[in-house]
Amino acid sequence: MTKAKPPIAMLAELTHRCPLSCPYCSNPLELTRQEAELSTEDWARVFREAADLGVLQLHLSGGEPATRRDLEDLVCAARDAGLYTNLITSGIGLTERRLRALDDAGLDHIQLSLQGTTPEMADEIGGYRGGFARKLQVAEWIGKIGFPLTLNAVLHRRNLHQLPRALEMALEMGARRIEVATVQFHGWALKNRDALMPTKAQAAEATRLVAEARVRLKGRLVIDYVPADYHSDYPKRCMGGWGSTGLNVAPDGTVLPCHAAQTIPHLRFESVRDRPLTAIWYEGAAFEAYRGTGWMKEPCASCERREIDFGGCRCQAMALAGDPAATDPVCVKSAQHLDLQARAAAHAEADSPLTYRSAPGKPATEPAE
Amino acid sequence: MDPAAIPTLPRGVRLHRDRVRDQWVLLAPERAVTLDAVAHAILSEVDGTHSLAEITETLAARYAAPPEQIAADAAAFLQALHARRFLDLSP
Ligand code: SF4
Ligand code: SF4
Repeated sequence: MTKAKPPIAMLAELTHRCPLSCPYCSNPLELTRQEAELSTEDWARVFREAADLGVLQLHLSGGEPATRRDLEDLVCAARDAGLYTNLITSGIGLTERRLRALDDAGLDHIQLSLQGTTPEMADEIGGYRGGFARKLQVAEWIGKIGFPLTLNAVLHRRNLHQLPRALEMALEMGARRIEVATVQFHGWALKNRDALMPTKAQAAEATRLVAEARVRLKGRLVIDYVPADYHSDYPKRCMGGWGSTGLNVAPDGTVLPCHAAQTIPHLRFESVRDRPLTAIWYEGAAFEAYRGTGWMKEPCASCERREIDFGGCRCQAMALAGDPAATDPVCVKSAQHLDLQARAAAHAEADSPLTYRSAPGKPATEPAE
Repeated sequence: MDPAAIPTLPRGVRLHRDRVRDQWVLLAPERAVTLDAVAHAILSEVDGTHSLAEITETLAARYAAPPEQIAADAAAFLQALHARRFLDLSP
């Protein structure tokens, strides 16, 4: 067994609480309650352990991280630990005063999510009235303070036509970077495939628009693009390879190889409450399970791309093929590929109301009629 | 690239000593760029006041290397960072 390299990035899900309830939220269906969240001191220790392990980039995420009242202290602790600190936020819960405090605490960068480019779209998708107006206000404060900004536009069948406007908004907000992310079907999004699956034509149009914008906006706006997975021929290199470059810590301290890893039933996860992060990364059974290529079956095992995409996403193999060690069904070499394309087309044809994510401790609401 | 251009690292982009891997990196949004000795030497001279021409001159003198070579290396490297918006150039 080759020894794993240290991870570069850690995603800290500070809380699952969020004022929004996006139907594609990547949080698990079983949301952690506030009482079970790690304390300020626990997180500060985890940040130091992460830096000692070799993590360079810390993403403070959620839920909505601003829901944590100690966010400013957590940013301070992260910078003290020597980490590049990025805040992933919907903007809700941030005030100008809090943003100034985050600035004083040393926050390096902000990633602002965009649910739509009009109040009607954004507030419907986020399930939060007034959210869009608030977000624009927050973007203005971010610009005034001078934080480097990435706009993170999440796109699906209902709002893909807003991509050109999203690019304009990124420029208007002074963002240096935009992430154009087509919804990935994990977590709550799996419940919303009929409501959100883009058509193949929409996916192709988005790819064309991104290619054109990359040329036109070169040197002004960097565009990172996550294409529509189900309509692709090769899978994504998920998490840069399982247990190779990044890790997630859930609100209660559970350490995960990716945010959806808990959907793989046979894996056992450990907590930063019980074991140092370094030991979990190098020795934890869940990290070892799909690290490298040794676990692969055919066609991945003998494929020339096996170290390019590492067989795609384990959670997607689990969700779609019922086997976490199977080839990601997105791949043309998967026996399920044609079936997946047919299912994607059917989801894109279908329609259904949005199933919003619920709040921690509350059961999922059924779709509104 | 204009030799008179003054490169600056914008806010959110910074040099960092990676003590675990024992190397220098440039930290930027969603990226950690590993720097070799030459790249690190170039970026160490980027201070928002010196032009590309001045940086080239300093490095050529320090490493007793041909200025044309240094100028070409530095321009290519800084241009690539600029394209990713990890570097500002003025004017
Ligand atoms: S995806 Fe939406 S609901 Fe989920 S954490 Fe982000 S803003 Fe909140
Ligand atoms: S067969 Fe496996 S390794 Fe090869 S391209 Fe498909 S998913 Fe990647």
